[in-house]
Amino acid sequence: MDLQFLTYLIAGASFALYIGIALWSKASSTNEFYIAGGGVHPVANGMATAADWMSAASFISMAGIISFMGRDGAVYLMGWTGGYVLLALLLAPYLRKFGKYTVPDFIGERYYSKIARFVAVLCLIFISFTYIAGQMRGVGIVFSRFLEVDINTGVIVGMIIVFIYAVLGGMKGITYTQVAQYCVLIFAYMVPAIFISILITGNPVPQLGFGSKILNEDIYLLDKLNLVLNDLGFNDYTGSTKSKIDVFCITAALMAGTAGLPHVIVRFFTVPRVRDARTSAGWALLFIAILYTTAPAVSSFSRLNFIDTIHNSEYQTTPQWFKNWENIGLISWLDKNKDGIIQYGPGKALENTKPIFSNQRGENGERVVLNKPSDNNNEIYIDRDIMVLANPEIAALPNWVIALVAAGALAAALSTAAGLLLVISSAISHDLMKKIFRPSINDKQELFYARLSAAIAIAIAGIFGIYPPAFVAQVVAFAFGLAASSIFPVLIMGIFSKRINSFGAVSGMVSGLIFTLSYIVFFKFISPELNSPDHWFLGISPEGIGVVGMLINFFFAIIISFTTKPPPDEIRNLVNKIRQPS
Amino acid sequence: MKIKLSYWSANILIVIFLLSIWFLSSFGAGILFTEYLDKFQIGGFKLGFWFSQQGSIITFVLIIILYCFLMNRLDKIYNSEEE
Repeated sequence: MDLQFLTYLIAGASFALYIGIALWSKASSTNEFYIAGGGVHPVANGMATAADWMSAASFISMAGIISFMGRDGAVYLMGWTGGYVLLALLLAPYLRKFGKYTVPDFIGERYYSKIARFVAVLCLIFISFTYIAGQMRGVGIVFSRFLEVDINTGVIVGMIIVFIYAVLGGMKGITYTQVAQYCVLIFAYMVPAIFISILITGNPVPQLGFGSKILNEDIYLLDKLNLVLNDLGFNDYTGSTKSKIDVFCITAALMAGTAGLPHVIVRFFTVPRVRDARTSAGWALLFIAILYTTAPAVSSFSRLNFIDTIHNSEYQTTPQWFKNWENIGLISWLDKNKDGIIQYGPGKALENTKPIFSNQRGENGERVVLNKPSDNNNEIYIDRDIMVLANPEIAALPNWVIALVAAGALAAALSTAAGLLLVISSAISHDLMKKIFRPSINDKQELFYARLSAAIAIAIAGIFGIYPPAFVAQVVAFAFGLAASSIFPVLIMGIFSKRINSFGAVSGMVSGLIFTLSYIVFFKFISPELNSPDHWFLGISPEGIGVVGMLINFFFAIIISFTTKPPPDEIRNLVNKIRQPS
Repeated sequence: MKIKLSYWSANILIVIFLLSIWFLSSFGAGILFTEYLDKFQIGGFKLGFWFSQQGSIITFVLIIILYCFLMNRLDKIYNSEEE
């Protein structure tokens, strides 16, 4: 059967499943809308958390980025999993014991202040919208390549699906669709990985294939990759090019950011008991680790495969996938030496990085790019986002596997988008409306506001998808810096200290957020030409600066709390209470 | 009151112990001492590289499992003393 038909079939079946689940688990009260009634089984919650957490960035972009970064890609692997240790040990059980609906709820009550609650809502909305932008772009890429529709149509279809199950079902609908989405996405990720591992190394377990010898050759995969890359003039795949302090800071920022992401934290409000919150964190990380230990294996396989297939081959005889991705603009080839043969090497192939296509075809049939050629020998531009999506095609796997990958990528993007929309809507209806501006509304009205704000948030997210900012993973990286520097520290201090008061918390959040935000905006948007290690503060890149923001947050929160009056007695009792599991 | 205090202290000790393992396996083996560990080879992996791309993640999962086990035991001890 042809690929497009299969993709419609598999993606369509998965969508029907999600909508079916949503209709079956419609939320009828705010309690169900915000925290699924608090009765989710820890294993189900673990799966839902894994799907909620693993976004388009994890599924689509991460392996591709590691593929081109080599060893330094470890910052994402360690950063995005290590945060769960912080979450399980330092936050989840205590926040579950506190047992309200949202993250700003905890901050508002622990710091007995509407201002603290309001600042937390602002941080949350900021983080969640940055993050959601990346999801919508992921949905757009998948639709445009596999269903051959316009990116905008793809985004709108995605919005409608999320609208149905997030607005109707609330947290209850989202939880059970996320369980289904986890199953779809992990299956879709593992099948091609296992196939490719067998093809290259003969070992069916990708995690082991990664450290095995190449089939019928007496050389380890990683050694071969180093050799091939060295021949082309690249550094070792297993060698590091980033400075230690930067690797350290990026990893730490991603870890603290992960632990401070509101849409992940609220998942732990949905289980019945404190001990379930702990167990559930363990399940969640286990489910995540299945994908995260496979990803670096996929990265190395696909880099080797890509070079094997492309380098020194004639354009006219390249496989169809190369031309398909070229057609949607994520690959380009500029024949610098006019020999009709593709040469791949280090450095950017084009000035301005991204290709600007004209409508014409060159003499070999390639799309003509208008960029000036750069002065190295590399003729290939490749968008890192496509490595996972193109991987089954590069390895010439059957069509149903390719269709499955498309459905998996959609599941990853939609499940995360739904989780984010939920925390945005509950922050608006619960924290802003009920707790700050209109305390007199009843449960029904609050539920109406929750649905209304979910609908508005989806519309805004859709606009982000149609006018997408930069690359999926890079945009997501901002959200982590912001979460690490604003929400994470005040949650930790709220639990582990009885002395931090409302002035401390507010000034900590504000100073951490403003510092991190201005640093990122300066280097990424105002003066991108200065974005290099020589100009960075202590050699820390914008991706890692959240750690410094976090330290600033801690510093001001502590100094200001200790110079003003301690929190009232009922707050000390509240902290004592959340420290006891039963 | 005395028992409650000791429950919290025991909890803190468990957390500190597990976070030290967390730090050593990721920031330690995966970043700070990774070049040193690269001198050792297991299968096709240099050890430091393995820690930074796989070993640390596996350790994280084990840490949370151990945490659940230790905390459940602590809860049990604490509950039986209170009764």
